[in-house]
Amino acid sequence: MKISERVQQVPPSGIRRFFELAEEMDDVISLGVGEPDFSAPWAAREAAIASLERGETSYTANRGKRELREAIGEHVDERYDLSYDPDEEIIVTTGVSEGVDVALRALVDPGDTVAVPDPSYVSYAPGITFAGGDPLPVKTSNHEFKLTVEELQRAGAQHADAILFCYPNNPTGAIMTRSDLEPIAEFAREHDLTVLSDEIYAELTYGREHTSIATLPGMRERTIVFNGFSKAYAMTGLRLGYAMGPPEAIGAMNRIHQYGMLSAPTTAQHAALEALESCDDEVEEMVAQYNRRRNFVLSRFEEMGIDCFEAEGAFYVFPEVPSGDAEAFAEGLLEEQQVAAVPGNVFGEDGKGHLRVSYATGLDDLKTAMARIEAYID
Amino acid sequence: MSKRELLELLLENARYSTEDLARMTGLDEETVVATIESLEAEGVIRGYQAVVDWNEVDEERVRASVELNVTLDRETSYSDISERLARFPEVKTLRLVSGDYDFEMVVEGESMQQVSKFISDKVAPVPEITQTVTHYVMDTYKDRGIRMSEDDDDDRLSISP
Repeated sequence: MKISERVQQVPPSGIRRFFELAEEMDDVISLGVGEPDFSAPWAAREAAIASLERGETSYTANRGKRELREAIGEHVDERYDLSYDPDEEIIVTTGVSEGVDVALRALVDPGDTVAVPDPSYVSYAPGITFAGGDPLPVKTSNHEFKLTVEELQRAGAQHADAILFCYPNNPTGAIMTRSDLEPIAEFAREHDLTVLSDEIYAELTYGREHTSIATLPGMRERTIVFNGFSKAYAMTGLRLGYAMGPPEAIGAMNRIHQYGMLSAPTTAQHAALEALESCDDEVEEMVAQYNRRRNFVLSRFEEMGIDCFEAEGAFYVFPEVPSGDAEAFAEGLLEEQQVAAVPGNVFGEDGKGHLRVSYATGLDDLKTAMARIEAYID
Repeated sequence: MSKRELLELLLENARYSTEDLARMTGLDEETVVATIESLEAEGVIRGYQAVVDWNEVDEERVRASVELNVTLDRETSYSDISERLARFPEVKTLRLVSGDYDFEMVVEGESMQQVSKFISDKVAPVPEITQTVTHYVMDTYKDRGIRMSEDDDDDRLSISP
């Protein structure tokens, strides 16, 4: 059977090969997990169960339950100073992954270029390729993994059509403050770029408030903001995200979404509504736990003499491996010490020499894993 | 602020080492030690205990929750009665509560007979106590915020995006 050229262009995920290695071994402590080790707050789970008991198993509106869109609108207004109309400017998607996918397909024409920070979440470049566009990696390693105008220009992003980024960042844990974002916004306005801002880790910042680029002057009209319930509410398996942007963009995304996904999972929408309405305390507690683990991991790396900038968001740190060859380091670490961490090159060329270490795992395992890393480098 | 954070961490796991507590809170070890010592000295921290799932231990352990009603007079206050009851080693928890009864008391013993005998011989005869209602604990599902028999296997994908 003929497989489309677009699909053939995209290599299998680098994570996959590593996952298979890890799965073959016993007693592996994984620091390779990109999802919370908590369960969704009980009230949210209970709301999902209750909705099933009531038999609410039908499709919802294509854009998602109106009640949920309203709650999302209120939430982002309160938390991030973002203002969107639930009827025309918000769409509920099957995870942020679907949101980014339909946005790329709605906004990118064949041959268009989309700049992405390098390293980046593994799905961005393939998503751009599937939409017919060309990903343009923009180096970030010289600037604590923040996007800079200098590197955007060096990469030629002034000729691109869009920028897609995620801050707080997977895989590095880097965040972009308002002053970091201002020049990027100016660059986007000057070169008429659409901005796709994946803010799924927005709640997971430590010591600083998240700023959305859409709140900067002149940016709302050219930005799609993505967020969801996977990370802050530990609801990865419920697959629920949302996208917010100008009506014409959200309308275009909805056109694809209504043919492909029809509507996001109904049960998950009930859970999400409850999560927004009553689970702030649980989120706060999870964030406090992540912060303690982050402090722990950073201080252990520092003690080992491993360079690692102070990641201020998400639940990853991105240390440099002493040998410079992250892939060999990660494989050796897995084989000799049964600790799985993902080599940074999986996330892009500029991630090489680094390791993505997730601290979304309990402190006891983290302690053992860090001791094993120490034993491995000795 | 650091006091509260340390208290939360100790409630979560009183066996965290001072080194781990220091790493997690970003404080230095001396500060952690000094803060805990002062919390102990001030009587904020009254002790450290394990939360035990007795179902997992091959040993009989009987626990009863006892409701107590009392009558007060000019000479006797709730704290006088509590002072008397709290001295018994069998009494593990004693609280004054609002509602249908006055005190809520948790009693532990090695057998139902021993617990019953304690209630009838030592508690019921206290002159101010007018009524006791004893509820034997048949199973414990959650104790001090910790779930019993919880399956905490991590079956997430070992590597994920």
